[in-house]
Amino acid sequence: MADAAVNLTIDDVPISVPAGTLVIEAAKQAGVLVPHYCYHPGLPVAGVCRMCLVEIEKAPKLQIACATQVAEGMVVRTQSAQAKKGRTSVLELLLINHPLDCPICDQAGECELQDFTFQEGRPATRYSPDYAKRFNPVEDFGPDVLYVPNRCILCTRCVRFMEDVAQEPVLNVSERGDRAYIGIHPDARLDHSWAGNVVDLCPVGSLLSKDFLHKARAWELDKSASVCTGCSQGCNVTLDTRDNVVVRVRPRVNLAVNRYFICDHGRMNYRWMSRGDRIEAPLVKHDGAYRAVDWDEALDHARTALRGAKGKAVALVSPTASTEALFLARRLLDGLDFTGAFQLVMGEAAPLAGVPNLALRPERAPNGTGAELLGYGKDFAAALAAAASAAVVLVLDDPQAAVETAGTLIYLGTVPPEHESARTPDIVLPITNVAEEEGTFVNRDGRVQRYLQAKPAPGMARPAWWVLAELMGNGARGTGKGIQTAADAFDVLAESVDGFAGLSYAELGLGGKTIAAGTLAGVPA
Amino acid sequence: MGYPQKPHARETVVLSKHFGDADAKSYKGWVKRGGYEGLQKALAMDPAAVVEEVKASGLRGRGGAGFPTGLKWSFMPKEKKKAHYLCVNADESEPGTFKDREIMRWTPHALLEGTAIAAYAIRAEVAYIYIRGEFTEPLAVMEQALAEANQAGVFKDKVKIYLHRGAGAYICGEETALMNSIEGKRGNPRIKPPFPAAAGVFGMPTTINNVETLAAVPHILTQGAAWYKALCLSNPKSTGTKLFSVCGHVQRPGNYEVTMGFPLKDLLYELCGGVGQGRTLKACIPGGSSVPILTREETEATLLDYEGVVERGSMLGSGGVIVFDDTADMVYQVMRLAKFYAHESCAQCTQCREGTAWTVKIMERILAGQGKMQDLDLLLDLSDNMTGKTICVLSDSCAAPVVSGIKKFKSEFEAYITGKRRPVAAD
Repeated sequence: MADAAVNLTIDDVPISVPAGTLVIEAAKQAGVLVPHYCYHPGLPVAGVCRMCLVEIEKAPKLQIACATQVAEGMVVRTQSAQAKKGRTSVLELLLINHPLDCPICDQAGECELQDFTFQEGRPATRYSPDYAKRFNPVEDFGPDVLYVPNRCILCTRCVRFMEDVAQEPVLNVSERGDRAYIGIHPDARLDHSWAGNVVDLCPVGSLLSKDFLHKARAWELDKSASVCTGCSQGCNVTLDTRDNVVVRVRPRVNLAVNRYFICDHGRMNYRWMSRGDRIEAPLVKHDGAYRAVDWDEALDHARTALRGAKGKAVALVSPTASTEALFLARRLLDGLDFTGAFQLVMGEAAPLAGVPNLALRPERAPNGTGAELLGYGKDFAAALAAAASAAVVLVLDDPQAAVETAGTLIYLGTVPPEHESARTPDIVLPITNVAEEEGTFVNRDGRVQRYLQAKPAPGMARPAWWVLAELMGNGARGTGKGIQTAADAFDVLAESVDGFAGLSYAELGLGGKTIAAGTLAGVPA
Repeated sequence: MGYPQKPHARETVVLSKHFGDADAKSYKGWVKRGGYEGLQKALAMDPAAVVEEVKASGLRGRGGAGFPTGLKWSFMPKEKKKAHYLCVNADESEPGTFKDREIMRWTPHALLEGTAIAAYAIRAEVAYIYIRGEFTEPLAVMEQALAEANQAGVFKDKVKIYLHRGAGAYICGEETALMNSIEGKRGNPRIKPPFPAAAGVFGMPTTINNVETLAAVPHILTQGAAWYKALCLSNPKSTGTKLFSVCGHVQRPGNYEVTMGFPLKDLLYELCGGVGQGRTLKACIPGGSSVPILTREETEATLLDYEGVVERGSMLGSGGVIVFDDTADMVYQVMRLAKFYAHESCAQCTQCREGTAWTVKIMERILAGQGKMQDLDLLLDLSDNMTGKTICVLSDSCAAPVVSGIKKFKSEFEAYITGKRRPVAAD
């Protein structure tokens, strides 16, 4: 560490942190969470909620842990009677104007006001029920954000996010005293491409997502670490599912990629994960009609077709496919004259001004970089043309591909081919989508990141890497090296592809690792 | 005592010498009365020597906190790496205080001269005089004076002075809120550190002084630190003269300039002519609405300097003396004060935003005859929770009169609660 270390004690736990660290952050390292509302590591310090009051030896009065820097020999007590009284009082004061409408509040269950009140609040208020509570009507702030001023505790996280991070200062604190509320510029809407983050930042149920409004209770949700498929940035996200349906996407902290934020495009890009019109069984074409078969039969058919193939092979893949699937598809067709390509869909870019190297990227492809590293090109038209004369054409999760070929057409997909005029596949193999499998994506900066399974696969669908490994005959029932898991697939990939060398699935963790410098133009060392 | 009265014989008129003298408002008139000599003298000195002179005089901030002025100036970076700024706090809004207004109305050049000297001492090229929005007349006088002074070239291009008019928020008198306001931002106090001397207005090293403080500076330069230091009747840590704005139940309210350490009793009974005929003194707030209330006994024993008032349990503050005779309803008075703070809270800190308004609700309920005995304990505990826990002291200022009011005039509160006193409707 470049900064000089500072030694201090927090609740009798001695710790050593770099100079300049805030007491609230140092406390986390000592295993102490100091209750707080206005403080957020991704925003400038405001020091206004006064919730993080702690006692610091030699200081004449209580200090706020969020704005106090550590000092050598500092002794911090978060649990002293004085500090606790200070914080309990803040909770009591925050609640006097807060409606106790938790039963109909979306935030309930993941509300910091509930949590800290449970932890150290008063059992009952001293605020007489005769006194009116502040009342202001609900306001429509933007395409996906509602403001419920009655629940607002004026922590100003949303104001600071828009001002300092999004750098589009449309929110403010209006009025004074207990009449204060979050105001929006009269001519503006909260429609910034990253505005949805204010909903996550809001510690209470004051800023709500219209998309998630009254959809689920927080405690019904299962949370799985995933990676956003919205673009090539590779923001880390959490997929929230209820009864195996994805109902919400939220940012997952990764300081090297997206810090604490995701864009609204990524936030809303989840409904397809739970679509109902999925392929649920392997299909084999017989006399022009499809017949549902079991995996053994389907795989036998496909293996037979592949075994006899000679000449050209074309793989038309989706840049949303896992690195493992892309690798195995390539390997499956080794020995043939291989052409592989993916369709790159482009869109508008939307940077987040206050965070370097964070934007909604125009390349709407979570694994375009992975595909390129594995030898897939971007000239989709040429690949389609080559398909006409290919012996084998493999389509990996691209229902839009309008394939015309005289050869064998094997289609691995989550949904049936959508191109009506195209030739129908000979074999259709159902695969899982990103929410139903484990795997990795490589983002635009060459960061390999794992995503986890959030819900079960429909019907007989299996991860593409499993299907491809089976086709190669070295899968679970094959004779070669067994690929039983996504981890196995990745580790074989790491052994065989330059750039991935030295990486292991386990060590990727949930934060990811960057591929070797020089493998990819522009990948930092 | 200023216009239209002549000063009382026991006053020491330094700052208020020309109050009521319209000719002193003009540049020519001011120069005729010895004006700008202090500035000339200062400009011939080393800035550090000016700071030392003010340090030696013992001058302390007249805005309320009483911080030694020379020491404050010396906190500015020794090595000048960035632009330095001087802010002049002319946002006099403390209830019961009206001294800075008179300085600006009658002796605008005294303030300009003091501002220029201070700016020179702290090596600031720009000074902002932040004038309370409601002060339309003082602003007009200051504008006129500044134009004349600039025309005369008396600042010798050492400092550019700007007048900045506030928009009507009490909190903008808090030094860091004032800086935010000058920057065009919402007038919210800032967390400290950084202190203004490190990062003040526009993030640059800044010193901020009160109008009365700076108006005294030219006199220190012309008559010497020793002369100023000798103006002391009690504690040697409090020197010079101080303007006291006396209002309320006295025969002759107004501004009185007395030497530090002057007995409050004499100020009220002698200079101000005491309370009304047949009335007795009940209480007094000695330093503007933000300080604890004194009882009659405490008032009569108080010496008016920083230490003397603290000794009696209150603070010298801004020198706004609010006097109550035996007809005053202390419960109502406390409610009015709390209401002021609830109205003016900037809404940043939880304790202040919610606590001041809650205090008002409890006070109003007591006044309406609906109070409960435990409301008094609640008010005391609430006030304790509002003291020393926020960014600025507005919350503490609301708590101070509440706590001292309940502790010193408890029987009046109890009379409302037990129904012995007729309920009063809130306004």
